[in-house]
Amino acid sequence: MIPDWLTPAIMTIVTASTPLVFAAVGEIMVEKSGVLNLGVEGMMIMGAVAAFAIGVTTGSATLAILFGALAGLLLALIFGLLTLNLRANQVATGLALTLFGLGLSALIGHAFVGETFPGLPKLDIPIISEFPIIGPLVFGQDFLVYMSVASVIFAGWFLNRTRWGLVLRAVGENHDAAHAIGHPVNFVRMMAVLFGGSMAGLGGAYLSLAYTPLWVENMTAGRGWIALALVVFASWRPGRAIFGAYLFGGITILQLHVQGFGVAIAPQLMSMLPYLATIVVLVLISHDVNRFKLSAPASLGKTFHPSQ
Amino acid sequence: MNKSSLIGVGLAVVLIVALLSSVGQGPSEKAKDDGKLSVGFVYVGPIGDHGWTYEHNAGRLAIEKALGDKVKTTYVEKVPYGPDSERVIGKLASSGSDLIFTTSFGYMDPTIKVAKKYPNVKFEHATGYKRSDNTATYSGRFYEGRHVAGLIAGKMTKTNTIGYVASFPIPEVIRGINATIIAARSVNPDVKIKVIWVSSWFDPGKEADAAKALIDQGADVLFQHTDSPAPVQVAEKRGIWALGQASDMRQFGPKAHLTAIIDDWAPYYVARTKAVMNKTWTSGDTWGGFKSGMVRMAPYNKAIPADVVALAEKARKGIIDGSVHAFQGPIKDQAGKVVVKAGERASDKMLLGMNFYVEGVDGSIPK
Repeated sequence: MIPDWLTPAIMTIVTASTPLVFAAVGEIMVEKSGVLNLGVEGMMIMGAVAAFAIGVTTGSATLAILFGALAGLLLALIFGLLTLNLRANQVATGLALTLFGLGLSALIGHAFVGETFPGLPKLDIPIISEFPIIGPLVFGQDFLVYMSVASVIFAGWFLNRTRWGLVLRAVGENHDAAHAIGHPVNFVRMMAVLFGGSMAGLGGAYLSLAYTPLWVENMTAGRGWIALALVVFASWRPGRAIFGAYLFGGITILQLHVQGFGVAIAPQLMSMLPYLATIVVLVLISHDVNRFKLSAPASLGKTFHPSQ
Repeated sequence: MNKSSLIGVGLAVVLIVALLSSVGQGPSEKAKDDGKLSVGFVYVGPIGDHGWTYEHNAGRLAIEKALGDKVKTTYVEKVPYGPDSERVIGKLASSGSDLIFTTSFGYMDPTIKVAKKYPNVKFEHATGYKRSDNTATYSGRFYEGRHVAGLIAGKMTKTNTIGYVASFPIPEVIRGINATIIAARSVNPDVKIKVIWVSSWFDPGKEADAAKALIDQGADVLFQHTDSPAPVQVAEKRGIWALGQASDMRQFGPKAHLTAIIDDWAPYYVARTKAVMNKTWTSGDTWGGFKSGMVRMAPYNKAIPADVVALAEKARKGIIDGSVHAFQGPIKDQAGKVVVKAGERASDKMLLGMNFYVEGVDGSIPK
């Protein structure tokens, strides 16, 4: 016997986790190439505002998603030009990018406060989508959810099974060596940064188109930072990142349900749980210091100059 | 720098910036020049939140509209509690403001401190309890609105379950929950209320998740004491009822939105600004409700039956003329102990310090 609330609760977990999956997978690709972009929150919120603005103006979900990704990509391009071409400090530039994104999105979004968007259409296959739990979970999601899962599979395949993935990892491990054998270090990094930006933009687009289809300032509410933490949590592996995102989303939703059932546990403690779980898992996977160090890209955050 | 320390630094910076990113910009324009009265505002959220700060900003615009070129207003939004707020309030005072509204509870001590340094500037602090010769306090009796909303909810629910998305367990929020359930049970004794605390005033995603959890557990009328319109939107999508918070949220759920409890600061803000102009301003405490217009109800949903609207309006008018009170005895707490005797009403002191649930609320208050 399956309780009535279980299926919708699981669906809610998927919704809560999807923006994190997008942003974390994008950032994994960026960090694997040796670049630390702390501007995820800024790129996400720009994706959110761009997608919402285009969605409301044109009524087209496809265009909205495209522009969400594009907005994230443009912000990432600024980051790439500053850190890769002009060799600005990555940490400082990333932080500036977040502040910039939050401010600019508020400015752009001003005209869209109070508008609503109908949300994204969900896949609905007769009969199959009505199977208990599995039906709606596997066959009843919207397009972006499938895309987030596909992006994880793509990132895993690209990084571990393709020649360009190998080059990207080489650039992230030791950019001098990669340069010496003729790989275009900055080009590879720029591509990774742009990919990361468009993924963060998609995560933001999911927030403003499907999760809570509206625009309010600061609506990412720190999810970009959680995505950054998930990258370390996942020890830079896309498969673990999706696991981490769903674990995080799952505990967040679970604690809300526990409260609704009237269980007497402090909600402050419950709100802390997802973060606590993240730390615990982090401790577990990093208890072997050497193995943990091995998974972190060795050139992470270092600027590269061909003449050095 | 080696790898692990770099990661450490990165994570530390992540934390610091998460805090810093909420720091707003400085006062947007220089005050004081041409004999105009200068009025400053300090907001806790963005003016685009469509909730708490949105309404305070509407009050600011009302001053400009009412007094035209005799005043000049300035605001600073997204000001975090703590030393930052003291700096911002001090900046407004030193740059020539004559009257400053600090519009959130957390600005209480900074306001008092700055007020001491600038005895010629008048300060107005929302929802606090500390006053001085040049610092007045004001707040709204929002629980009166909850009473009216609770009556409607009690009549409209089919599952006899009201869902309540709550922020933090402070007397203000607990008072709202109690006022709602007392009113709802007065018209429908089988009603119960489920509360989920999201530990935030503003997080659209989390508020939506809490709303979904409440609906999944059987709630068919949704209340919120958080500031974003996300719960109303969820209610619309799931086909249940919802009540707006702080401002009219109809456009986010035209079918679901029963009514909203509106914080209308405009009359108070205009009156206090005029008082400073006429040099009749004095410190004091204002706790205004329906009667003074500080609390209003948004238009009722057309789907509410006429007799329920009549019931709601009767209660609202009764509160204005004093014949109805949201906390009319007998009131029992969760353990069944009588806290307000039959024929009596809860005192303002009890209301202001309310830290217990009344009968009919599921669960217990987080300690």
